[in-house]
Amino acid sequence: MAKVTVKSLYKIYGPRPQKALPLVKQGISKEELLKKTGNGIGINDANFDVEEGEIFVVMGLSGSGKSTLIRCLNRLIEPTAGEIYIDDQNIVGCSDEVLLQVRRKKIAMVFQHFALFPHRTVAENVAYGLEVQKVPPTERIKKAYEALEMVGLSGYEESFPSELSGGMQQRVGLARALATEADILLMDEAFSALDPLIRTEMQDELIALQERMKKTIIFITHDLDEALKIGDRIAIMKEGVVVQIGTPEEILDHPADDYVRAFIKDVNRAKVLTASAVMKKPDGIVTLKDGIRVAMRKMEEVGISSIFVVDKARILQGIVTIDDAIDALKRGETSLQAIINKEIETTDGDTPLLDLMPTAIKTKYPIAVINESNRLLGIIVRVSVLAGILGEEAESND
Amino acid sequence: MIRLPLGEYFEAFIDLLKDNFDPFFKGMKKGVLAIIDHIEDFLHFIPWWLLIILVAVLAWRLSGKKLGILSAVGLYIIYSIDLWSEMIDTLSLVFSATFLALVIGIPLGIWMAKNDMTERIVKPILDFMQTMPAFVYLIPSVIFFGLGKMPGAIATIIFAMPPVVRLTNLGIRQVPEDVVEAATSFGSTSGQMLLKVQIPLAMPTILAGVNQTIMLSLSMVVISAMIGARGLGEVVLSGVTQMQIGDGFEGGIAVVILAIVLDRITQAVGTRTNAKKTS
Repeated sequence: MAKVTVKSLYKIYGPRPQKALPLVKQGISKEELLKKTGNGIGINDANFDVEEGEIFVVMGLSGSGKSTLIRCLNRLIEPTAGEIYIDDQNIVGCSDEVLLQVRRKKIAMVFQHFALFPHRTVAENVAYGLEVQKVPPTERIKKAYEALEMVGLSGYEESFPSELSGGMQQRVGLARALATEADILLMDEAFSALDPLIRTEMQDELIALQERMKKTIIFITHDLDEALKIGDRIAIMKEGVVVQIGTPEEILDHPADDYVRAFIKDVNRAKVLTASAVMKKPDGIVTLKDGIRVAMRKMEEVGISSIFVVDKARILQGIVTIDDAIDALKRGETSLQAIINKEIETTDGDTPLLDLMPTAIKTKYPIAVINESNRLLGIIVRVSVLAGILGEEAESND
Repeated sequence: MIRLPLGEYFEAFIDLLKDNFDPFFKGMKKGVLAIIDHIEDFLHFIPWWLLIILVAVLAWRLSGKKLGILSAVGLYIIYSIDLWSEMIDTLSLVFSATFLALVIGIPLGIWMAKNDMTERIVKPILDFMQTMPAFVYLIPSVIFFGLGKMPGAIATIIFAMPPVVRLTNLGIRQVPEDVVEAATSFGSTSGQMLLKVQIPLAMPTILAGVNQTIMLSLSMVVISAMIGARGLGEVVLSGVTQMQIGDGFEGGIAVVILAIVLDRITQAVGTRTNAKKTS
């Protein structure tokens, strides 16, 4: 079961929303509904699951209903209809006491404009969530200090929020959400108010923190680059409707409609696509115990001028070129060990293509994609880097 | 043209109250008088020089050397023109009226902030209380409570309460929405929200209301004197009625000094709460 499940969620603004609900379900347009009953549509039939440990990004332009959606998840905004399951518990229509406990223990929120308490010190801000749970002062302050250390704000515990820069204030906001040890983080345009450099830094840090903590994060943004960078999966919203849900690559490669296509038009694909998206299976590889002759035959079979050498466990050893092989044979050598070239370019699967480009231009041989134990996963030839970056545009030009 | 007998209706209403709720008013009088008398006894009990020192030290700690000296000199002038005891009477009346105005006004302001309906009902009543000339409610006040400091205190409370109600309401409503949202999202009950977030953030505004209430109470002293409240108002009033220019002036100056000292000290409290937040 997913950590968060949203089923047929509707939010209708204005007078007597229950009366307007059947009309919305019949698919009435926004304009017609406003004229007929005076209601506005906030969310129109949202359905999605968020898995444990996932960063789920909801993105859309302003007015697309993304902020309404995230506020329904902890009922800062009351949904009109639908179900929201947090750990299998439906929080729509639950008692106030249950809702209070869900807010205290299970969900924490980070806000666009930080929303810190200006009359409290940084540590008191961070401890707030524990304070309302009546955790004793020494314990909650200790936890606040720990949370502040996690976000890199040690030493500022006794400052007031107004003494900190925007980026630091949002770190306090993040620490405040972490201090309650809730599993689910709701981040409402959390980095949108920060300037670009700080924003990138915070994104990187969030990704790093997430590696360690494995929270379930629901992140709202209007910035597609941000969505693609941090999202494991992305939901795109338009006028209250969730138009498409998918991984960044799925969204880039198979946009669901013209709206999404227009969105991703200007995306810098080189930043988003990673090595593993464009790598291919090597046409042939040889192991160390294969001799030079075997290597030559394999190269001839598939028509390549170099071949990667691995050991029994597919650990990358190096590369052998056809020229070296011919020379070695003439000298009477038979073992690959003598002619193996260990100076090859490698990368891991998560490296964006943008970072691979300089290497791809420089190197004579394909780039080897390896995992952390040097196991060969695939190779990238120069042309596939370019093809990956051009992507759809290249296809549509055909 | 038909004359609307508004005055007669009001008289009938006051008579009705007087006839049916007399025990209630008597009890209220007893309670309020007890508060005023206690404050009066206490302030009279403190020797004049000690009170001057205490006020000066308080002013110095809250604001600075300048206000400390100003307060000491001002209060000493009042002592030197032989109006100390009258000043204490006035101060007691102001304090007790303010105290009662705050006890009623702050909760009312909070209720208004939390409930739009209450705000819609209370706002016109506050307008009425503030714009109706104070003399008008002196008369029913005397009918219910007789002459003396009690009706003075009641008239003062009615006149002085609106600012603190309004500003408490305003202060709480001005707490940024996202801060309230944040407090809600971490699971605050409405009581926790009020005590930990809304009231602390509204405090500078509430204190501005308290300051206004004190000032308005002080402005009522002469009017209260007309129905027998003692103190500096009585001095001014007798100066006016007996053409004693000098006495009237001295009483007036004493009121001004008291007003300045109270105003500056309460304002200093307000700025300090502000400063803590933004420093």
